[in-house]
Amino acid sequence: MVLEAVGLAKRYPGSARDTVSQVSFSIGSGETLGLLGESGSGKSTVGQMVAGILRPTAGRLFFQGEELSFPFRGEARRGIQILFQHPEVSFNPRLRLWDSIKEPYRFRRIPCQEDALVEFLAQFGIYREHLGRYPRELSGGELQRLALARVMLMQPKLVVLDEPTSMLDVISQAQVVHLLEEVQKREGVSYLFISHDQILCRRFCSRILELGGE
Amino acid sequence: MLGKQPIAFKVGLFILLIILLVGVFAPILAPCDPYQMGTPYLRPSAQHLLGTNDLGQDIFSELLYGTRISLIIGLVSALAVTVAGVCIGMLSGYLGGWWDRALMEVTAVAQAIPSLPVTIVLAAFLSPSLWNIIIAICITAWSGTARIIRSRVLQLKELPFVKIEQTMGASHGYIMARHILPNLFDIVFVRGVLAVGNAMLTEASLSFLGLGVIGQKSWGGILHYAFFRSGIINGYWWWYLPPILCISLSVLGFLLLSYGGQQQLGRRN
Repeated sequence: MVLEAVGLAKRYPGSARDTVSQVSFSIGSGETLGLLGESGSGKSTVGQMVAGILRPTAGRLFFQGEELSFPFRGEARRGIQILFQHPEVSFNPRLRLWDSIKEPYRFRRIPCQEDALVEFLAQFGIYREHLGRYPRELSGGELQRLALARVMLMQPKLVVLDEPTSMLDVISQAQVVHLLEEVQKREGVSYLFISHDQILCRRFCSRILELGGE
Repeated sequence: MLGKQPIAFKVGLFILLIILLVGVFAPILAPCDPYQMGTPYLRPSAQHLLGTNDLGQDIFSELLYGTRISLIIGLVSALAVTVAGVCIGMLSGYLGGWWDRALMEVTAVAQAIPSLPVTIVLAAFLSPSLWNIIIAICITAWSGTARIIRSRVLQLKELPFVKIEQTMGASHGYIMARHILPNLFDIVFVRGVLAVGNAMLTEASLSFLGLGVIGQKSWGGILHYAFFRSGIINGYWWWYLPPILCISLSVLGFLLLSYGGQQQLGRRN
């Protein structure tokens, strides 16, 4: 078991009611769990609690059998990563992509070997000429593939995919979904796939949890 | 590169470059020693372009030397005010929680205090040196910048690229320095440039009230003596008008630079 959530709840400051409450699920190694729900059902809130961005109001999270405390540290911090819906704001607009993509090496405290990095990025359809540019100079599909590559450079066990294809055109959507499947096959990573697209969820996920539904 | 800048930016920059050059080369440009006394109350002539004051000192030379004090106080105060405003606003907005509450309480107090009277009281109590004048100007002037920076940081920290840094394990200091600060450049530039103009205006006000730097020529100081030694009553326009024009022109220069910069950065963003 990579991750287990028990009775997760979140109430934002100033709100009279919980945005999500009593959400429980588990994700096995190499598995994709779909989190389906309408807009405002709290899917992204759950995703951000799992990724350690939001502190749950109630409930417990276990990563590889160990209970997590907020903020996440050590193995859990590196082991759970997130891919957001909006690729155009997933990179610092003031930095060249080359500087952004090298950051995982810094956080893992390992030296960045540029040739190996370029070779790794080629698997995601990103080449050296892309890296000297600023985020605004790449398309949404290219940026999302680069964002996925950056996530994978952290060597995570679980990736929260927060509607990663909803802002992309049909061709880019297909490319990203195909890439996600390939990466999972190669690396054995687990996904929490957040979406409101039932068809995509049923095609991509091994199990589905519906939020806001019974 | 300058060709693409808005006209306001170019005009502002031109005015300020002239003022800066005048300040730097004042000893070369000034026809007389501004402290040397001679015949008082002379009208403008070829020998004294703006006449002389009550002590017979050349007003044109005083004006050139006065540029230095006004610029130094303006630039140093603006730097201090901007650095303080950015640090407080960024810590408050990014860290949130009790940091935010405590820092915003202090900011609210600083904003609630009427700045000019406090500056005057401080300048009156502290000995009138260059650094004390700068401290007096800075004591409340940072609060507006801090509030604006905090608002922008609150927006920035909700953006995915900041959240991704958090999930990758970046420290707060790293995120603020590497990812938040560069995205505040437009606000920092605009507020910083405006702060120079404001500080110069405050310095002129203090000097006019006789609370400026003692023993140094400044535009506000020239105005002070023109007012208190009957220059205005007697209609000696060459004594009181030039410092007023210089102060207005430099404030206009900073306003234009700030406005033009805002336009350009807005366009780029």
